[in-house]
Amino acid sequence: MADVNAKGVLTAPIFKNNPIALQILGICSALAVTTSMSVSLVMALAVIFVTSFSNLFVSLIRNHIPSSIRIIVQMTIIASLVIVVDQILKAYAYEMSKQLSVFVGLIITNCIVMGRAEGFAMSNTPGMSFLDGIGNGLGYGFVLMVVGFVRELLGAGSIFGFTVLPTIQNGGWYVPNGLLLLPPSAFFIIGLLIWVLRSVNPEQVEENEFKMKHNTKPKEAV
Amino acid sequence: MAQGNNSIKKVLIVAFSLCIVCSVIVSTAAVALRPMQQLNQELDRKTNILNVARLYEPGMDVEEVFRTQITARVVELDSGEYTDQFDPDTFDGFEAARDPATGRTLSGDRDIAGLTQVENFATVYLVGDAENPDQIVLPIRGQGLWGRMMGFLSVEGDGNTIVSITYYDHAETPGLGAEVNNPRWQAQWEGKEIYSEEGDLSPEIHLTKGGASNEHEVDALSGATLTSNGVTNMLQFWLSEEGFAPYLAKFRSGTEPSDAEDTDTDFDDVEGA
Repeated sequence: MADVNAKGVLTAPIFKNNPIALQILGICSALAVTTSMSVSLVMALAVIFVTSFSNLFVSLIRNHIPSSIRIIVQMTIIASLVIVVDQILKAYAYEMSKQLSVFVGLIITNCIVMGRAEGFAMSNTPGMSFLDGIGNGLGYGFVLMVVGFVRELLGAGSIFGFTVLPTIQNGGWYVPNGLLLLPPSAFFIIGLLIWVLRSVNPEQVEENEFKMKHNTKPKEAV
Repeated sequence: MAQGNNSIKKVLIVAFSLCIVCSVIVSTAAVALRPMQQLNQELDRKTNILNVARLYEPGMDVEEVFRTQITARVVELDSGEYTDQFDPDTFDGFEAARDPATGRTLSGDRDIAGLTQVENFATVYLVGDAENPDQIVLPIRGQGLWGRMMGFLSVEGDGNTIVSITYYDHAETPGLGAEVNNPRWQAQWEGKEIYSEEGDLSPEIHLTKGGASNEHEVDALSGATLTSNGVTNMLQFWLSEEGFAPYLAKFRSGTEPSDAEDTDTDFDDVEGA
C-alpha cells in the first residue's frame, strides 16, 4: 500500500477499489441477503462492524502475532466478533436475525474480512486499519444497498418495506418480477453495477490476458 | 515482524492469551444479552402460536391477544387429562423430558422421532373458550435432517382436523428443508385429518411424494426427503398413544378432558374404545 492517508483509505474502497465490484469478494452473501433493503442494511452494518474491529485488533497485536499461526489468530478474532454481533442481533433485532439466519455466522468466511486483516491490518497502524475496515465495509454495504434497492423495488414493489409500486396481489397495478427475489438475479445486478463502475473509472478494466483471433480469414468465394 | 515471534514459547503464549481474551468477550456477550434474547424468544413463541392458529396479523399486540384468546394448560399425556401439577407458563417440556420424575427414556424402535427422552406432560394452547376450544395447539418436536425441529400443530376442536403447522426453531437447509415454514406449503395442511377411524389411536397423517391423494396425505417437500421424513415421524410419534392421542381422543369422542383432581374413571375406557 503506497498511499496511506486517512481519507484515501476510507473512501477508496467505496468506488475505486470496491471489494465486491473490483476485487469480486464476498459475492455469496451479497446474493443471499439482498432480497430486501432493511436486511441488506443490517447485514452491511454487521460487516462494517466486523471488518473495522477485526482490522483494529489484528493491527494492535500485529507485532506479536507469530507468522506460523497468523491466519488462525485472525480467524479467532473475526469469529469472536461475529459471535458478538450475532448475539446482539438476537437480543435487539430478533426478527432481523431470524431472516439473516446463517448469513451472520457466515461473515466469518467472508473473504473481505479475512482479506483486509491479512492484506492491510498486518502491515499498517491500528488507526489506519480501523478506517480501512470501515471503508471496505462501506464498499460492501454500498453494493448491498444498490442490489437490495433494485431487488426489493422490482421484486416486491417496496422500499424498506414501504409500498412504492402497489402490486397486483394487493390490488395494485404492478406485476412484481419474481426472478428478482431469487439469488441469481443479484448476479445480473452486480454484473451491471460492475459495468457502470468500470465505465466511469476505465482504469479498473483489466488488460485482456489474451486476444481472440478470428478463426477464419474472410476471403472471396471462388 | 520480530524473529522472536516464531519461538514455540511465543506461539503458545499468543495462542493461549488470545483464546482467553476472546472467550471472555464471547461469554460476556452471551451471558449479558441472554435475558433480552429470552424475552424475544418468548414473544416469538407466542407469535408462532397465534400464527399456527391463524389469528396472527402483522402489527397486532401479540401479548394482549394471547392473553385474551389463548389458554395454556398442561396435559398428562398418558391419561389425556389436564393437570395442575405444573404452571403452564413456566413448564418446559424439554426440561421435563430429562427429569426421570416427569419424563421417560424411549427405547430404539419406539423412538421414531429421534427424541431419546420424552416428557410425560405437555403444554397445550386452547384457542377461544377453554372448555370447548375452537382449536388446540400442540407442541411437536423431533429430529430433522440437521437437528432438532420444534414446532406447533393446530387441530380443530374435533380433535382430528388439522388447521396448520409451523416450526419456530429448526436448522434445515434454507430453500429446501426450511420450506417447512413456507406459507404455501403450510396452507396444504388445512383440513387434513389425523386419524382415519373412530376411536383409532394410531395417526394416519403423513407426507407423501408425488402428490397428496387423500385427506391423510400432504405433499412432501421437494428436495428435502430427510426433512419430510422427520416431519412425518414426529407427527406419527406425537399423535400416537405415546403423545397426544389419548388427549385428542376425548375431543373426538365428545367428552372433554377434565382436571386430574376430579377424574372420572370412565375416561380411562376411552383408550380401549
